[in-house]
Amino acid sequence: MALLEIEGLCAEVEGKPILRGIDLALPIGEVHAIMGPNGSGKSTLAYVLSGREGYTVTGGSVRFAGQDLLAMEPEERAAAGLFLAFQYPVELPGVGNANFLRTALNAVRRARGEKEIDAINFLKEARAALRRLSMADEMLKRNVNVGFSGGEKKRNEVFQMALLKPRLAILDETDSGLDIDALKIVAEGVNALRGKDFSALVITHYQRLLDHIVPDRVHVLSAGRIVRSGGPELAKALEASGYAGLAAEAA
Amino acid sequence: MSAALQEVAEGFSARFRKLAPRLPGSAEARQRAASAFRARGFPDTRDEAFRFTNLRPLADVSFAEPDGADEAALALLARVPANEGPRLVFANGRFRAERSRLPEGFHVASFADEPMLDGAVADESAPLTVLNTMLAEDGAVISVPEGVDAGTLVLVSLGAGEAGRAVDFHPRHRVILAAGARLALIEIALGEGVYLHNPVMEATLGVESRLLHVKLQNESTRAFHLSSLHVGLDARATYEGFSLVSGARLARSEIHADIEGAGAMLAMNVAQLLDGERHADITAVIRHLAPGGSSRQAVKNVLTGRAQGVFQGKIAVDRVAQKTDGYQMNQALLLSDEAQVNSKPELEIFADDVKCSHGATVGALDPEQLFYLRSRGVPGREARAILVRAFLAEMIETIPHEWGRSVLENAVDSWWKDRPV
Repeated sequence: MALLEIEGLCAEVEGKPILRGIDLALPIGEVHAIMGPNGSGKSTLAYVLSGREGYTVTGGSVRFAGQDLLAMEPEERAAAGLFLAFQYPVELPGVGNANFLRTALNAVRRARGEKEIDAINFLKEARAALRRLSMADEMLKRNVNVGFSGGEKKRNEVFQMALLKPRLAILDETDSGLDIDALKIVAEGVNALRGKDFSALVITHYQRLLDHIVPDRVHVLSAGRIVRSGGPELAKALEASGYAGLAAEAA
Repeated sequence: MSAALQEVAEGFSARFRKLAPRLPGSAEARQRAASAFRARGFPDTRDEAFRFTNLRPLADVSFAEPDGADEAALALLARVPANEGPRLVFANGRFRAERSRLPEGFHVASFADEPMLDGAVADESAPLTVLNTMLAEDGAVISVPEGVDAGTLVLVSLGAGEAGRAVDFHPRHRVILAAGARLALIEIALGEGVYLHNPVMEATLGVESRLLHVKLQNESTRAFHLSSLHVGLDARATYEGFSLVSGARLARSEIHADIEGAGAMLAMNVAQLLDGERHADITAVIRHLAPGGSSRQAVKNVLTGRAQGVFQGKIAVDRVAQKTDGYQMNQALLLSDEAQVNSKPELEIFADDVKCSHGATVGALDPEQLFYLRSRGVPGREARAILVRAFLAEMIETIPHEWGRSVLENAVDSWWKDRPV
């Protein structure tokens, strides 16, 4: 059964069509990569799925675990188990990372009818997750993403993901701006969650990340449509031939 | 002045004539204030200092002197966060010794017993202080001797009046810190119903003394709060103020500071949280009269509904006040389309070697930040509350007094709980 079913999804930004009919089914437990050139609609897809304002769905449907995803508020999507790792994580001056994470975790737990986690147990869990990601405890004391380097911000996204334990993670170019060590940490963070209850859409421009997070399927997005799908070998082929030939082929 | 407001002013003048024989303190100071008030009455919006704040709503209410029982006000003591240690309680402006705990090691008395009207008496530029000087009946007189660290003193003011029987009270507080003395003064004003609270506090800070002043103004949303702080700083003295304005229908908080000794430091941090049709004004006049002083004014407004926030901040630097460092910043967060903020910085500099700067920002909540929080599962309302708290964090989290900080933090939290934002 598919966890995420996207059918004929069309969306526009400021009246400009970006997604022009996306069809994609992501089975439970699988990791799919979405690749494509700049401007193909990769990030728009991530934002539409996570419910960001300013993106107007003009057609199609998205079902997530059987629910109509597009009818849900962003926080309801998170509670249902969807997590977006931002391409550009947002800074929250005046909001401590620990408080932010505990608030988020408890909001999600409340929405799922689970018990809230107290401060002590939260810290225990958070520290354990930090250790797994080779991150310093000091991370918890800082304001959310404020003064973080590009790599730290991305790692903080993976850290949040590790705590929130989503059923579906959408990684929006989480590899951009990362050096190889940071890339490995991010990949390990994702791989640690892999299993029958975890699925992911890994959006990336480059094949590099897919050496570390090996996808079950690869989809190529071009001008708002999926023009090709295949196994991990498709990513390698793209790396060799580039997107240019592919776009021409699709046209 | 409108005819209606004129009537209110005449009512207060008539009250003075009736009370004069039994008012404590210098009769001469009282008479001078009464003449000044009679001549001028309430300022109106043609008066530059009151350009953004119209006192006309005072005329909606007919005021009477509190009857002295003030039990309704006193009952509100239950709402005041509990503290250990000394606490002074005022109900409708009257000192209630039986509900207070006096400190040891420094002197505290009631103004009724030890009236002091020696300072700001009939200063034309402070008409609300003039009114207070005319009618003040009680207050707190606090005096910390040389070198003594007095710890924490809590000053509670409770007000209660009914629509048909509104009361007004004009407490006169006096704080004197001798050289090297220290005090943390935590002021909490709250109430119920309709009343006018017009307190004046005069603080004299001796050489190298330090006053930490935390204030929660959480008056009834139908009340009027017109307060004036006059503070004088001797050499290397420090005044550090943190206040949260979250109550009153109409509020005006004036701060008049004179930096009289070299190297004195003044910092005032204010946050106003306003909703509905409420109006709150922070007006500060900082006069640098000695070299090497520094002053910092940071005012944050969070406004929703049709609320209006005002900040007027003036830094005046005298010819002799070289090496002055003055700073003021006004930031506003507008949570609705109809909320309004007025900001008026004013620099008047007669010395040539000074550093003075000011700035203002106005904005709404950042949609990117809101989305980030919501994408992590935090519901919209809670996400907005988190961002507003973050906006206020600079004011609240830096309060160097744990209990004082918790009082303001809890006030911010309950402000949110009560409002469907």
